[in-house]
Parts: sequence; C-alpha cells; structure tokens
Amino acid sequence: MAKKQLVETTINGEPVEFLCEPRQSLLESLRDILGLTGSKEGCLTGDCGACTVLVDDRPVCSCLMLGVEARGKKITTVEGLAEGTKLHPLQQKFLEDASLQCGICTPGFLMSAKSLLDRNPNPTEAEIRYALAGNLCRCTGYDKIVRAVMDAAKVIQAR
Amino acid sequence: MNRFEVVTPRDLPNAVKLLSGRNHAALAGGVDLLDLLKQNIVAPQSLVNLKGVGAMDAIETDESGGVRIGALVKLSEVAANPTLRERYGAVAEAAAQAATPQVRNLATVGGNLLQRPRCWYFRHPDVNCLKKGGDRCYAPGGLNRYHAILGGGPSFIVHPSNLAPALVAFAASVKLIGPGGERTLELERFFTLPRIDPTRENVLDTGEVLIEVMIPAPAPGAASAYLEAREKQSFDWPLVSVAAIVVSDDTHLIRDARVVMGAVAPIPWRSHEAETALRGARLDSSAAARAAEVALKPAAPLSDNGYKVPIAKALVRRAVLRAGGIETA
Ligand SMILES: Cc1cc2nc3c(=O)[nH]c(=O)nc-3n(C[C@H](O)[C@H](O)[C@H](O)COP(=O)(O)OP(=O)(O)OC[C@H]3O[C@@H](n4cnc5c(N)ncnc54)[C@H](O)[C@@H]3O)c2cc1C
Ligand code: SF4
Ligand code: FES
Ligand code: FES
Repeated sequence: MAKKQLVETTINGEPVEFLCEPRQSLLESLRDILGLTGSKEGCLTGDCGACTVLVDDRPVCSCLMLGVEARGKKITTVEGLAEGTKLHPLQQKFLEDASLQCGICTPGFLMSAKSLLDRNPNPTEAEIRYALAGNLCRCTGYDKIVRAVMDAAKVIQAR
Repeated sequence: MNRFEVVTPRDLPNAVKLLSGRNHAALAGGVDLLDLLKQNIVAPQSLVNLKGVGAMDAIETDESGGVRIGALVKLSEVAANPTLRERYGAVAEAAAQAATPQVRNLATVGGNLLQRPRCWYFRHPDVNCLKKGGDRCYAPGGLNRYHAILGGGPSFIVHPSNLAPALVAFAASVKLIGPGGERTLELERFFTLPRIDPTRENVLDTGEVLIEVMIPAPAPGAASAYLEAREKQSFDWPLVSVAAIVVSDDTHLIRDARVVMGAVAPIPWRSHEAETALRGARLDSSAAARAAEVALKPAAPLSDNGYKVPIAKALVRRAVLRAGGIETA
C-alpha cells in the first residue's frame, strides 16, 4: 500500500499541512481530511463544476487534481470568500437575486465567478457565460446566476 | 482505483528512466489519467509527475519564425497566447473551445494529444473491446452515434483531441525523448490508424515523453479557421470539428490549403481531396462547397452516425470560407 504523504500548502490564506494517500483527490482531501465541505461532489468526472476551487487564483475541478499536487500551491475554497461574517458581494447578490435553489452548485459558481471578477471586474454577459460554462445548475436556469454576477460586478466596481 | 504512488522525477532523463520501468504512467494535468484510474481502465503502480521536472511549460517563438509549445503548457494558456491567437488562430480557437474553464486550467497540450478515446465501450470498466485487447469492437453492431465515419475499422473511435486537427493543419511536429534518445516526428505521422494496431492511437513508445510541439512559420498570406459543431453550446465534445488554412492573395486565388477534420476518424483526418480541389481555385462559396463534397466522398458511416456527414460538409465549407476571409451565415 502506498504510504500517506505530507502536503504543505496554503488554503484560504492560512498555511496548512495534511496527510493524504497519493490517490486521494484534492476534493477528497478538502472534504474528508480537512473538513472543508463547502466544495461539493457532483460527477467526479470534470463535467459539473460543483467541486471548483481556485489553485493559484485559477478555477480548476478539484475532483480532477490529486491532493498531493496541492503542495506549494495557493488554494482558495468557498470557505475563504467571506471576510468574517461579511459576505463577499457575489454571495450577497446570489442571496438577493435568488440565484440558488437546492444550492449544491453554488460554491462552484461562486468560485468560477470570483476568478472572473478578480481578472475582469466589468465583464459582459457573454464573458460571464463563457467563464461559467463549466458549472452546471439543474434548478435555476442560469439567468439569475448571470444576473447576480453582473450585480456583484457593479458592487465591486463602486468600491 | 488501485493504490498508486506519485513520484517526482529530478529531470527529464530521470522521468524517462522511471517511465521505462514496468507499470508507470506519466502524469501531466491528470484530467484524463484520473478518469481512467477511477474507472479502473488503467492501474499503474506509479504516476511519474512530469510537472516536477520544471520544464516544458513555455510558449516560445524560434529563430525561423515558428513557435514551440511545451508539452506542459495548459490549454487556457494556448487559448490566451497573443502569438498563437494572431498567427495560428485555429490552434488558439481549438483550445478555447475545448472542455470547460476549469478543465482548460489543468489540461496540458501533451495530455490533450495523448488522451485516450471517449468511446463509451472503451470507457466502460466491464467491456473488454479490441482497444483493450479483447476480441471485438462493439461499435458497428451497437451504439455508434459518436463514432468514426472515416478511416474506421477494426476499431471505430474518433480521435478526441481538439488541438490535434488544428496542429496538423499547421504542419506541426512533436519532439519526443525516450530511452533511445530524442526524435522529432510530424504530428500527422505520430497518430496511427486502428488497422495498424487497434490498441493504440499513436506511436509513442514505452518510456517516451512528449516534450514539445513545434509549429513552423505560416506561409505569407496564410489564414486559418477552426469551427466545431456540438450538441450543447456551453461546453461539449465536438460532433465534428474542422481546421482549415487558406493561403490566398487579394483576388482570393488560393495558392495552398489545408483541411483537417476532427471527431470524424480515429486520427485527425486530413483531406487531401479537399486541398487539391481548392489549390489554384478562386475562393467563393461554390469552390468551398466542392471541397466539402470531395472531403466527405470517402465517408462510410455506421448505423447511427450518418448525420455527421452533412455537418462535416457544412463545417468544411464554412471553415474554408472563413479562413479565406469570406464570412458566412
Ligand atoms: C468535462 C470534460 C470535457 C472535455 N472536453 C474536451 C473537448 O471538447 N476537447 C478536447 O480536446 N478535450 C476535451 N476534454 C479532454 C481534456 O482536454 C483532456 O483530458 C486533457 O487535455 C488531458 O490533458 P492532461 O494534461 O490532463 O493529461 P493527463 O491526463 O495527465 O495525461 C493523458 C495521457 O497522456 C499521457 N501523457 C500526458 N502528457 C504526456 C507527455 N508529455 N509525455 C508522455 N505521456 C504523456 C498520460 O500518461 C496519460 O496517459 C474534456 C475533458 C473533460 C473532463
Ligand atoms: S470503437 Fe474502439 S474503443 Fe470503441 S468498442 Fe470499438 S474497439 Fe473498443
Ligand atoms: S465533481 Fe468535479 S466536476 Fe463534477
Ligand atoms: S441550485 Fe440546484 S443545481 Fe443549481
């Protein structure tokens, strides 16, 4: 049996160490080892985006990346979005615009949207749809999600 | 999924040495490899993490005006690279249309060219078809709507890579390093048909690492286009894709053309017929339609994939016109 490996990484700005089996994905490492259950498990094949986290500020499917590959990287999960009790503008607008129903897709959408707004604070609707193409939602019909991202962009620009 | 180790080689020669050992697999972005591991289609004892060697991750212009793309460059980097977008538009566009943002941030150029086919029989853990060393192909008598219409038999996969047709159109080569040293191969010769060996899609040897893709400088007056048709707009595998390059002058006289189709054959399918039809012609919609007609003449669809033929014709026609600077509806 392959031995567990020590992984030193940064998660949501904090240095973190964890032990994982080489075959455990980053998603399993976050959820099952570190108790960060915000990132969701949907398909495990890269199709749904529920597991989206940022690695060095870029959205990736954490189900398609091994936990050991987090070594030396900067990981951001949905748990790192709010500042204390103050929600991120995206979270606030998702609530106000009713951009979620069951909510399983929401953490993934938030992370993809955050990465877009960090790079491009004033995206067009087409740019938003392209950036969110890797996130599936079976409840909302996407429209309210796109609207929330546009509304959050306005809040961020006004800061 | 079996229990494997992940080893990080010091450098490329060390990676080659490790990969020459029994039951080792190269790990690049891991997008396809993890999928194959989860389905128990491969069960290596060690993954050799190529990202550990700290090379192969740049896009560089060379002295002769061509471009070298390291095997570990991500699809998202290809899609965003200004040189590629300007001079090798079809390559950047093929990357931009592949998969999802989250996948493009992990998937590498080498891995995209070396990913295994999507045939659902191949991907099923309990089906032992020809490609896995079994005794038959289940596609012709089974569900074959996404299978090959050209070059099929005895296996009918379609090559899954978006980049491959675009790179073949630009006459790219690949540099490989293995136990016997380095070699460079035209990408077109790198891919092989199932009639040569149905268990493989290319000629990469055990222990070999794909280091980089080299694309020569495009001919003066060359312009390219990449188009794909899919079932779902947000993201999806192409039903058919076409990369076209047209070298023409102000009067639309075509000096040279390359037409390569994806998702229709077990290899990126270059249509010499279409290229011959275009060369010397004046580009207009009827010349493009003739090229499309001859490109699909050899098509031999299976029971459920005949619909690909008209789609492929339409895409060849539109891609050729678009590459030649003529916009179509
Ligand atoms: C939801 C989804 C949608 C997708 N849609 C598309 C699409 O539309 N178009 C498309 O083209 N692709 C698509 N893909 C496939 C994806 O692009 C490939 O899986 C990816 O490019 C593989 O690259 P990788 O770096 O992750 O390779 P890995 O998974 O790391 O490697 C793939 C294979 O190549 C070997 N390998 C990798 N690099 C090297 C090297 N340098 N030398 C030697 N061997 C090597 C590995 O051992 C492995 O066998 C999709 C994938 C997903 C999950
Ligand atoms: S098309 Fe190829 S991979 Fe699919 S069942 Fe036939 S032999 Fe197997
Ligand atoms: S769980 Fe990772 S993409 Fe669906
Ligand atoms: S809110 Fe239910 S899947 Fe998106």
